[in-house]
Amino acid sequence: MELGKRIKAGDIRAASRLIRNIEDNVSEAKTTIKHIFPFTGNAHVIGITGSPGAGKSTLVDGLIEWHRKLDRTVGVLAVDPTSPFTGGAILGDRIRMQRHAEDPGVFVRSLATRGALGGLAKAVGDAIHVVDAMGKDVILVETVGTGQQEVEIINHAHTVIVVLVPGMGDEIQAIKAGIMEIADIFVVNKADREGSQKLHRELMTVLDMSKIPKDGWRPPILMIGNAFDPVEFDRGMTELTEKVKGHYDHLISTNQIGDRIRRKTRHELNEALRSCILEPVMKMLVTSGELDTMIDVLLKKESDPYTIAEDVAGRYLQDCIKP
Amino acid sequence: MSDKKLRIMVAKPGLDGHDRGARVLARCFRDAGFEVIYTGCHQTPEQIAASAIQEDVDIVGLSCLSGAHRYLFPAVAKLLQEKQAGDITVIGGGIIPEQDFQPLYDSGIKALFTPGATLDSIVDWVRTNIKPRA
Repeated sequence: MELGKRIKAGDIRAASRLIRNIEDNVSEAKTTIKHIFPFTGNAHVIGITGSPGAGKSTLVDGLIEWHRKLDRTVGVLAVDPTSPFTGGAILGDRIRMQRHAEDPGVFVRSLATRGALGGLAKAVGDAIHVVDAMGKDVILVETVGTGQQEVEIINHAHTVIVVLVPGMGDEIQAIKAGIMEIADIFVVNKADREGSQKLHRELMTVLDMSKIPKDGWRPPILMIGNAFDPVEFDRGMTELTEKVKGHYDHLISTNQIGDRIRRKTRHELNEALRSCILEPVMKMLVTSGELDTMIDVLLKKESDPYTIAEDVAGRYLQDCIKP
Repeated sequence: MSDKKLRIMVAKPGLDGHDRGARVLARCFRDAGFEVIYTGCHQTPEQIAASAIQEDVDIVGLSCLSGAHRYLFPAVAKLLQEKQAGDITVIGGGIIPEQDFQPLYDSGIKALFTPGATLDSIVDWVRTNIKPRA
């Protein structure tokens, strides 16, 4: 509608307001998403994940620079954690990207996790649609500093870059499940530091042990040195951006991009179903005070959580629980 | 179930690397439950205004200890006006002589905090005067 049109016309205020309405769970935001949805799905979405302080924001800044040199427009969604105690957040990723603040071809928006656990914010999926509808060619999604398990980025990005730094543990860390499995590209950042060769060897061993399917992609391991040494950093960034493009070309030439888009779409539908089915029921239970009554019943052991949940389901989901 | 949060940008305009105060404030706003976007030091008014719009903040807090507040603060307010973002409140703080207060207020700065202002008084001012939009 009105807001949707303004976003397609590149109105930054309209776009950032819509992202905010999505974050704040304002119901009109859904209407606007419905309008812009047909115009989405064109951008290459690149995820950047890794531990806190690994250098994700600095690499994002380098990726912005490189894409702008090729005259590609860039959107950035950078996520930082929300305090579990106060609900506040310090969003500091854009500090590293401020040289692009005035470039009309670059849009940077910081998001707080607001309790989401997968390394992203709940609003990220729809925020990607907004930036996509703005017509950005590339969307860089930077996760919070992640540990082992925060792999939500694979539901949003076409290409996932996992950023590692030396000295984060022994070789067992490298064969653990979770984040080490999701990389399309590994970056060993701060590679001028001690231990980077060892980390590189460990990653090579891990990749040597993995089965690579036919038409498969073996994740390259890039060594990127000190960001304060411009020549060395530029060399690393050039190599990274070539691999990012190489991965995207590979996804298209083998049609694996279709699988990734399907995974992303499935995830999105899951989220929408949850928001349209579970959330209204929860809201009703909370506002009517029924939820508290149920908790009292449970505390007195007069019922159990499954019986209560089945009763609620019986009220709202008759079709699903018919024998 | 709408969940409106206050978004505040803490920015340091101009040639001034003394950001301890700005960082303490950023932390303090975080503890007040706000979402705080920190830009880092050495920002031009143009960078600050563009970032504030991209981030859809309710308020921008400028910190300046270099003496250039009479130029930098009004420049940010003016740029926001020009970009149809005059609804974003601009406040400032730092080493600001009293005789500069009125000209800064006249240029659109809504509040000024100088050494001695308590963190609570700053948070209270924001809570009282700024309501999250949307």
